[in-house]
Amino acid sequence: MASLIVARAGMLTTVQDRGRWGYQGLGVPVAGPMDWYSHALANRLAGNASDAAALEVTLIGPELVAEGDVVCVLAGADFDVTVDGTSVPGHQPFTAHSGSHVRVGTRRAGARGTLAVRGGLDLPATFGSRATHLVSGMGPFGGRALRPGDRLAIGTATLTVLPTTGHSAAQNCECPGSGAPLTLPRGGATVRVVAAAHRERFTDAAWRALTGARFIVTPQSDRMGYRLEGPALSHVRGADILSEPMPVGAIQVPSSGQPILLMADRQTTGGYATIANVITADLPLAGQLAPGDWIEFAPCTHDEAIAALRARHTSLAGLSV
Amino acid sequence: MDARLLRAGDAAWLVELPERIDPVVNARAIDIASRVRGAELAPVLDVVVGYRSVMVYLDPMHDGADGIEARLRSIVAEPPADTVARGTSVEVPVCYDGGFGPDLPDVAAFARCAVGEVIERHLAVEYRVFVVGFVPGFAYMAPVDPRIAAPRRTTPRVRVPRGSVAIAAGQTGIYPADTPGGWNLIGRTPLRPYAPDRSEPFLFQPGDRVRFTRMSASEYRGRTEWGDA
Repeated sequence: MASLIVARAGMLTTVQDRGRWGYQGLGVPVAGPMDWYSHALANRLAGNASDAAALEVTLIGPELVAEGDVVCVLAGADFDVTVDGTSVPGHQPFTAHSGSHVRVGTRRAGARGTLAVRGGLDLPATFGSRATHLVSGMGPFGGRALRPGDRLAIGTATLTVLPTTGHSAAQNCECPGSGAPLTLPRGGATVRVVAAAHRERFTDAAWRALTGARFIVTPQSDRMGYRLEGPALSHVRGADILSEPMPVGAIQVPSSGQPILLMADRQTTGGYATIANVITADLPLAGQLAPGDWIEFAPCTHDEAIAALRARHTSLAGLSV
Repeated sequence: MDARLLRAGDAAWLVELPERIDPVVNARAIDIASRVRGAELAPVLDVVVGYRSVMVYLDPMHDGADGIEARLRSIVAEPPADTVARGTSVEVPVCYDGGFGPDLPDVAAFARCAVGEVIERHLAVEYRVFVVGFVPGFAYMAPVDPRIAAPRRTTPRVRVPRGSVAIAAGQTGIYPADTPGGWNLIGRTPLRPYAPDRSEPFLFQPGDRVRFTRMSASEYRGRTEWGDA
């Protein structure tokens, strides 16, 4: 069985799939990719099901050594990727022959990439998922980020015909030659929001400030959530609520008035009122932000949110071979 | 009981019940959640209970997603179960000695009583698990005797040892893992709220009834599940 061996781990490289759904009622967080669209895209370009397990790389990528020939695709952020020193483009399958070094360097734009391998990562599942949740230590490798020496076994589950042995896999596999990459944010992004169930707990001035001002992603931001800095958002009657389940994309506002955007590793429940929710279609844009970037929130309707999500799925479906 | 059905973003519905910490309200939330789970609605990904709410997560791209609102409205409109499920009874031994309760003096100062009385009052009540959340297996339990219901600590600890039994803002709970935390630590239990290697990995479910019993430091060391105490 082919595998990838971690030579250098990069800044924060984790195994992710679509997330651990169905156990939030027992306190088990979902986790999953910060940019679900690029995760699905990388997998589709590699000939996998959209939700196969792949690597999420962050800001500075890992160096991996192939054991056996491995077909890889990097989607999402624009990283400098080389195979034994030769550059390879993003959003296209490339073959790492046995013994070669795949190096994901620094990013030119965006913050996170998905490195998918044809066949998917074949690692132990916990509650039906291979997603890594760092804080609760759940997922492959005890739920931690990758370290040098880790061995990533590669599976054989693909949607398309496997390449003929002895030929260049990238030429022979039925992988589409190009994809529909996410338009990466440059220094910041405008994401669309719908009003949250708790909108009435905030003043109208707070809503105008949320949707009219620019917020900065502070250094206190990670896969759990982004602490944002901007105008304070005022509550009508206090920030605290009885602990309640919180969806990804929820914008929580503690009593300081400085919002927190809940991301992939969010806790299952929260105790602060939420003013708005980033729409599913625009979560990938938020996932490509790094500390220091700006974020703006543009209100939209539920129907617009669903139409935007449908457009993303159409873009992925157009890749079927 | 009033119930509101609200959108929570484009991929979830929130059922909101009256806003109070009340076993009757919470039991209704558990009842609604179990009806939604039992309906096995194809677009639904997860059903999660809060103190007074139920969040229903769904895949908005699923063919049946448009029909979910009507299904949830009809489930919420069904008459509540006549008999509320009592929940499992769980006994949790706690060692309040041996330095396991570093915040006992602060809670005693808040309550204007002796440390021994704080412990007695914590032991005297049967608690209800209202919510399981935060991290795997963490149970939010209430009611805590108002006399000892100290608020959260002003500065949260960077690392609370797993197994710590804590109280804050009228709630009590057990930290299942080493995590940051702002609750007052009053003891330590040898039981693991989440144990992936156990046949039933999760010790608590919403609706369970919990009683704490006192154990000595030597008893604690004799029967710890953590393997490192």
